[in-house]
Amino acid sequence: MKKKKGWKEIPIAGIIDKGGTAREYKTGSWRTFKPVVDKPKCINCLQCWIYCPDSSVLVKDGKMEGFDYDYCKGCGICASICPVKCIKMEKG
Amino acid sequence: MKLTALTGDQAAAEAMRQIEPDVVAAYPITPQTEIVMNFSQFAADGRVKTEMIPVESEHSAMSACVGSAASGARTMTATSANGLALMWEIVYITASLRLPIVMPVVNRALSGPINIHCDHSDTMGARDSGWIQLYSENAEEVYENIIVAVKIAEHKKILLPVMVCQDGFITSHAVEGISTFPDDKVKKFIGEYTLEHSLLDVENPVTYGPLDLQDFYFEHKRQEAEAMKDALKTIPAVLAEFNKTFNKSHDLVEEYKLSDAEVAIVVLSSTAGTAKGVVDELRKKGVKAGLLKPRFFRPFPKERIIKALSNLKAVAVLDRSDSFSGEGGPLFSEVKAALYESQKRPPVIDYIFGLGGRDIFPEDIKKVYKELEEIKKTGRIKALVNYLGVRN
Repeated sequence: MKKKKGWKEIPIAGIIDKGGTAREYKTGSWRTFKPVVDKPKCINCLQCWIYCPDSSVLVKDGKMEGFDYDYCKGCGICASICPVKCIKMEKG
Repeated sequence: MKLTALTGDQAAAEAMRQIEPDVVAAYPITPQTEIVMNFSQFAADGRVKTEMIPVESEHSAMSACVGSAASGARTMTATSANGLALMWEIVYITASLRLPIVMPVVNRALSGPINIHCDHSDTMGARDSGWIQLYSENAEEVYENIIVAVKIAEHKKILLPVMVCQDGFITSHAVEGISTFPDDKVKKFIGEYTLEHSLLDVENPVTYGPLDLQDFYFEHKRQEAEAMKDALKTIPAVLAEFNKTFNKSHDLVEEYKLSDAEVAIVVLSSTAGTAKGVVDELRKKGVKAGLLKPRFFRPFPKERIIKALSNLKAVAVLDRSDSFSGEGGPLFSEVKAALYESQKRPPVIDYIFGLGGRDIFPEDIKKVYKELEEIKKTGRIKALVNYLGVRN
């Protein structure tokens, strides 16, 4: 493991002095329930993609392709918003 | 220099007018003081370009100040007593974010019982919040301390918020003749405020106040501790610059007739003025009395205190707040702890006085010096912690 920086080396005041650093912090371990999509039922309306607060819905060529479990916290907003109820929240 | 008749509150507002901060966010009604009332008038009359934000609580006042300061605006507010208590959470956050906000505080008792008069329980409670604390003896010191506080807070090696304290009613409401500096000289002295990481700099995005857990919180607190320790080394240079510019003699502490003294009192703020009169009177009677007035309580000027007190035969600390430790007030605890490092360790006793605005008179202070003379002779301390001016 990389040695973490000491107090003399880090920016003062807990400031993060650049953008886009959320990518470096994987929040998937916070999850209790994970969203699972029943793909044949999905109509690719992409509402789950719009509403996901962690940008964890994977989309390619306009099609919903599943979830990025490295960052999905399991909040369940996608399952709640899905108009055809093809996303289920499962343990794990 | 211009001689003006001002109260402590007006003196603070006048300093703020000359500083002309970019933003003042403050709670507009009681426990707020006339500092904000007077400054609002300056803003309403167009005498300052400051953006005034009247907020719905003191908690919101300091929160608005945090956002403002983090965006790179020179930011001030003012508070007193329970108002300071209500902004508590954000007071700590301001220091940890290293935002150089300057806040005049009118020292008044914390409830309860409900009371609005002078004591130091409000700012003494905030002594471990990471703010620099300056205590002012009179309105002129209030005025000057606020100006120098801006320079201290914003110093690149310091970057800490500063409270400039004055005694409620005694200083805040009493009119004194004070000498003020020309506007342009004050503006030149404080210079421009530039923040290295501004929230509004979209080309260089920055996050203030992210979650900071077991892996880095401790390192950031270690930085904060070092900043306060370093401030003690940097402040004398800022004071020297102030003294040179305005022909003054500010220091970390003020020693009054201490060089040959045998007994001395240590006290903050306006009571130091009363005690100086007593020292003069006792000196005429041949008592070798002296006085030490710490001007900074945070950072704590330990070395200066050791140096000033070590050769005395007996010392009394006067605390205008109780810490309810059962072992006296906060000033006493810290002065006594400092003297533990002295080779000579003079006897030190504490007097809690003036709570809730109880007046202290020269006669009370004479009693303290009398007790110190007694300790000087006998070497015996009757009571370590005493209460001065309370009815039995």
